[in-house]
Amino acid sequence: MDIKVLKVGIVSCSGEALPEGTVSRVASRKVLDELRPGQTVTICLPLFIAGGKEEREFASKFPTVTVDGCEKMCAAKSTEKLSGKPAKSLMIKEILKKQGISGLKQCRGLGPAEKVASDVVADEIAKAVDEALE
Amino acid sequence: MSSSKKKVVVLPCSGIGKTLGTVGREIAYELIEDLRPRVTTTTCLPLLMIEDPDAKKLVTDNPVITIDGCPFGCARKSVESIGVTVSKGYRAIDFCKTHRDLKPEGIVELNEAGKKLVVLAAQEVAEEVDRLVSEEKS
Ligand code: SF4
Ligand code: SF4
Repeated sequence: MDIKVLKVGIVSCSGEALPEGTVSRVASRKVLDELRPGQTVTICLPLFIAGGKEEREFASKFPTVTVDGCEKMCAAKSTEKLSGKPAKSLMIKEILKKQGISGLKQCRGLGPAEKVASDVVADEIAKAVDEALE
Repeated sequence: MSSSKKKVVVLPCSGIGKTLGTVGREIAYELIEDLRPRVTTTTCLPLLMIEDPDAKKLVTDNPVITIDGCPFGCARKSVESIGVTVSKGYRAIDFCKTHRDLKPEGIVELNEAGKKLVVLAAQEVAEEVDRLVSEEKS
């Protein structure tokens, strides 16, 4: 019997020290609030350490899309180690390279480059959500 | 590294689900970029979750201030999970209680009240930064 997936979990690295970390956060929020509301849920990544059993069960309750700013892949690795294997792992630097977008500078707030990057990444996350829902 | 070159590491909590996570993150940026840029620094908190050696060294070798969005205390607990004691742990929710007239709203971007709250809170945390810096020098 096929079990229909109703919601997908988005886990963003939300790294504070790199512009891509902020983009991961903003793009994830755009998917949660505008692009796929009702089909997505999220959790603060460090809750896998600071929370309890319920928080750590997140990736077993929802197919999960992780969104990482850089090649360190903090969200993907932490989710796999502490909660469960992600259905799909996205890496922003890779996405932006493919799209020819560069020049991200700001961690705080969004400049024009960060805004474009956030929109492009949000679209990629939405696609990954749709795949997980299929 | 000599103690005079130490910086205070300000770590907000990486919250994405709650306004208070944004408040903590903005307080950290206010300190690092505007109020105390020469004596503070930060790193991505999730690097501690994957036990990144450089991030671990940074928080082990320097005084650490955590700013958590809510009582879960993720930043503080992440630091403690690698065996480091934080010098001072703040919670954004406590700043809200002190300044009840400033109700923050928004996650991607804070409302005006939230922005004012951030500035006031960062000024308070800056005093703690100064205290830690003078302690390191003495
Ligand atoms: S994946 Fe990169 S940007 Fe994201 S938290 Fe880790 S180090 Fe920071
Ligand atoms: S302290 Fe609260 S707001 Fe911050 S990451 Fe943890 S659960 Fe989220």
